Amino acid sequence: MNDTARTIASDGFVIEPEDRRAIEHERDHYEQPQAACIEALKIVQRRHGWVPDAAIPAIAEVLGVGPADVEGVATFYSLIFRQPVGRHVILVCDSSSCFLNDYEELRDALSAELGIGFGQTTADGRFTLLPVCCLGACDRGPALMIDDCTYGPVAPGDVADLLEGFA
Amino acid sequence: MSVTRYHSQLRQSAAERRAETHPLTWRLRDDGARIGLDEYVDKDGYAAVREVLNRQSPDDVIATMKEANVRGRGGAGFSAGMKWSLTMKGPGIPRGYLVCNADEMEPGTFKDRLLLEQQPHLLIEGMILGAYANHSRYGYIFLRGEYVEAARAVQQALDEARGAGWLGDDIAGSGFDFDIALHTGAGRYICGEETALISSLEGKRANPRAKPPFPGQSGAWGKPTVVNNVETFCNAPAVMAHGAKWYQDLSGELSNDGGTKLFGVSGKVERTGLWELPIGTPGRELLERAGGLRDGKALKTWLPGGGSTGFLLPEHLDSALDFDTIGKLGSRLGTGLLTVVNEDQSVLSLVRNLEQFFARESCGWCTPCRDGLPWTVKLLQALERGEGERGDVELLDKLADDLGPGKTFCAHAPGAAMPLASALQYFRDEFERGVTHPPRTAHADPIPVGQI
Ligand SMILES: Cc1cc2nc3c(=O)[nH]c(=O)nc-3n(C[C@H](O)[C@H](O)[C@H](O)COP(=O)(O)O)c2cc1C
Ligand code: SF4
Ligand code: FES
Repeated sequence: MNDTARTIASDGFVIEPEDRRAIEHERDHYEQPQAACIEALKIVQRRHGWVPDAAIPAIAEVLGVGPADVEGVATFYSLIFRQPVGRHVILVCDSSSCFLNDYEELRDALSAELGIGFGQTTADGRFTLLPVCCLGACDRGPALMIDDCTYGPVAPGDVADLLEGFA
Repeated sequence: MSVTRYHSQLRQSAAERRAETHPLTWRLRDDGARIGLDEYVDKDGYAAVREVLNRQSPDDVIATMKEANVRGRGGAGFSAGMKWSLTMKGPGIPRGYLVCNADEMEPGTFKDRLLLEQQPHLLIEGMILGAYANHSRYGYIFLRGEYVEAARAVQQALDEARGAGWLGDDIAGSGFDFDIALHTGAGRYICGEETALISSLEGKRANPRAKPPFPGQSGAWGKPTVVNNVETFCNAPAVMAHGAKWYQDLSGELSNDGGTKLFGVSGKVERTGLWELPIGTPGRELLERAGGLRDGKALKTWLPGGGSTGFLLPEHLDSALDFDTIGKLGSRLGTGLLTVVNEDQSVLSLVRNLEQFFARESCGWCTPCRDGLPWTVKLLQALERGEGERGDVELLDKLADDLGPGKTFCAHAPGAAMPLASALQYFRDEFERGVTHPPRTAHADPIPVGQI
């Protein structure tokens, strides 16, 4: 297969050559190509923000596995987004230590500031709000993650300031 | 801005930590920066690998690990040496995989993150020793997707180690080949269960698998596979460098288990944090190090090692924090990171929060777990609103029993049952206060699903 060609699935979804190479590189780390499936989904998500349905057969083709195998995985994992998300994803820890450190107040402050609840995206496409398992930051709860960074403790009064830094 | 980015931090300064007493953390810097290859090697890093691969047999490593009684730090406390002795190896058996479980998602647990971010070379060294003992050809570090900084630190360390010949062919001139790749996850707590982790590593849905066969017989891609926790591997280099007796002596009279443990405290205490202390250190000492409870509150109850362990009372604070002692109290040491609950906080609400977590994170394979947990949450929510019906508390007893050990495919459901059953035992009045209605009428739906 031509290494630099864009992979175009039957319904037109394009995997960029750079992403294709990254997926193939991951594939070589494992005994079987299916193992690179989660990483492939993450690579596509990094470029598009989420994983549209049309990406599934395209990924399957690069890995040489069945589309159903990719789809089954894509719907299982919580960090693979199957709907468009905002430019920034806020993951709020809702586990026990944060709960004991007034997580519910933080959640309500975020909801009020953004005008959305869990699973929703702001109308301007800036933020998506999601709950997440213990972030391993329990010594500084309540904790949350925005994109690749973890913050804590976040008091309800800090929310407006914190979000201001994200365009 | 007043909100700070999270950085893993140990509460003991470098001055308090010595190689002889703090094998896991003595090299860590007060500024929390990652220990790079040069610094690691300067501080005796990879010395155990050089020594062991050239002078000892794989069976010697297993014998020493067994004698030291290094018990699995992922929560179950199984002897690492014992596990390694059961791995299939020998003529005609293909060399398999060595997997580090770095999926840390147990509510209340933040210990592996410290080792991954600040001292990834210690983990790599421990994995090389593990691979040598288990005849493993290839290793994976299965890291949860949210640990972005850890991913960076581990990847840098892997590249450095490979560049210096600590990974790859003929490690340290010993003729032994082994390499490691980083595998990052995409969420879901169940990935931390070792057979689900293998499914996930293979690029499948993270459904647990039946045991036997145990992973050591047939794991990833049908090959012998050894799964250990980050902290477990991190114990191996010092055990091999200083010997089993030295390791056993670290915990002295405190415990039959050997070595030190990364302990921690979270909740409303004065100084939350992490400490490396001898295994068997009593909870009271940890609470004292944490400066006691905030605002002068009294301790109501505590979880010894994460959300899947059973509640303990203030009177249990003098017990040794080790696997057997906490097990005898009806709980589990789990990850050894304490969650503290003060007198004003509701155990009922906390249990509801925990069961919501377990319900959401169930993989959905077995009925008691898939249907029993949402039902549990519904009952707890009703009690919390003061709208429970007569019989609800007894129904929760039954659900806790149905979720218990041996009734489901994996230990997720028993993990969910433990805080529930212990809360029903110790704080029954909180549950009973929520009962205000007559018993459910015959036509009421017994299994309300969804809406958790
Ligand atoms: C639901 C569930 C989640 C688990 N999560 C983790 C985890 O995140 N990290 C871990 O090391 N062990 C976890 N375990 C325990 C593993 O199944 C396994 O016992 C452990 O990785 C073995 O390593 P060890 O013997 O070194 O502790 C989990 C177990 C269950 C049932
Ligand atoms: S106990 Fe729960 S998590 Fe474990 S296999 Fe059964 S349904 Fe899945
Ligand atoms: S419980 Fe929120 S970070 Fe651990």
